[in-house]
Amino acid sequence: MNAQLSLRKLLTIVCEADLETLVVRDLKALGARGYTITDARGDGTHGARDAAWPASANIRIEVLCTEQTANDIVEHLKNRYYANYGMVTFLLDVQVLRPDKF
Amino acid sequence: MPFEPVILFFILGLFAGVVRSDLKIPGVLYESLSIFLLLAIGLKGGVELARYALADLVGPALIVVLVATLIPLVAFPILHRLGGFARADAASIAAHYGSVSVVTFAVAASFLARIGEPAEGYMVVFLVLLEFPALLIGVILARRTVGKTKWGPLLHEVFSGKSIVLLIGGLLIGWVTGAEGIKPLDQLFFALFKGMLAFFLLEMGLVAASRMADLRRAGPFLLGFATLMPLSAGLLGILTANLLDLSVGGAVLLATLYASASYIAAPAAMRIAVPEANPALSIGAALGITFPFNLLIGIPAYHWLAIRLKGVI
Repeated sequence: MNAQLSLRKLLTIVCEADLETLVVRDLKALGARGYTITDARGDGTHGARDAAWPASANIRIEVLCTEQTANDIVEHLKNRYYANYGMVTFLLDVQVLRPDKF
Repeated sequence: MPFEPVILFFILGLFAGVVRSDLKIPGVLYESLSIFLLLAIGLKGGVELARYALADLVGPALIVVLVATLIPLVAFPILHRLGGFARADAASIAAHYGSVSVVTFAVAASFLARIGEPAEGYMVVFLVLLEFPALLIGVILARRTVGKTKWGPLLHEVFSGKSIVLLIGGLLIGWVTGAEGIKPLDQLFFALFKGMLAFFLLEMGLVAASRMADLRRAGPFLLGFATLMPLSAGLLGILTANLLDLSVGGAVLLATLYASASYIAAPAAMRIAVPEANPALSIGAALGITFPFNLLIGIPAYHWLAIRLKGVI
């Protein structure tokens, strides 16, 4: 591994666009230092989400963070949103420059 | 009766959706058009409002809002007890029907303009006032099983939502500038209005077609509700208008407001405040059935009724 690179987690959340404000607030409260949001559409167990209008739009939120923070976030999302909302979360190992940022 | 041209655009959208055309209006255009329509309706209302003394409107506005609270309060037990819907679903659907559809209102206004039926200009104020009380009632109705409701995010969602901000913003700008002051903008906001509405209805036709599939799973009760509820609420609107001595045009607009179901403000607010409610039911009914019903049958029917019931009460 390049000496400058450090291991972090890439947490990706795909969820209903209506949840953006709530989820972002949770991320910050749980220690995420930053995030990136992109508009998304797709299909899954909640049916087609074609983003033709706001109620059928999805977003993809990506967070680079430590393993501990990622676990905290995943646990919270599972308890708070999984029962009633369309949401998929997954974690990847990634290598980042400037690890102190994440 | 010749169809209002904007309605034909809606039917075109429905058709494209039903035959699974690859026609797709980008989400950003939906957003842009809805911003335009909300602002334009607000501005037009504001300009009209400048002709009236505000103090004279307080009493009628109170009556209009009070009577409107009956809609979710009656819809909820019908759905929950008769229809067998879960409390959260019944409350969310009731909130959608208690709130109003801005675009249905715009289509009713253009219907009246086409047949030369004048209406009170201040109806837009009622449109603004009727947006949110039903959403709060819906949350209270759902609450018994929902546990502690977080009112902060809900109130923020409702009052900072784009429909309220743009309608009230437009209303204030129109009211402050008046008919003369708004002239530099009237080509954009008033002359182009119908074209923009046509575009928006084309998109709504597509979205409505995709919602109808949800409803097939919901069963006949909701289908009946989504057509009988607007008719009854429309009748309530006409009687309320008569009580307030509004013109036939005013009665049609109030009937349309009572009869319409929200699909801009309500879905987002209910999604946050009543998470257990299945949005496919409320949006499917409001957008898949009630919206087309009001456009194609409801508005002309309210006009027919308003003429015949003029002077009753």
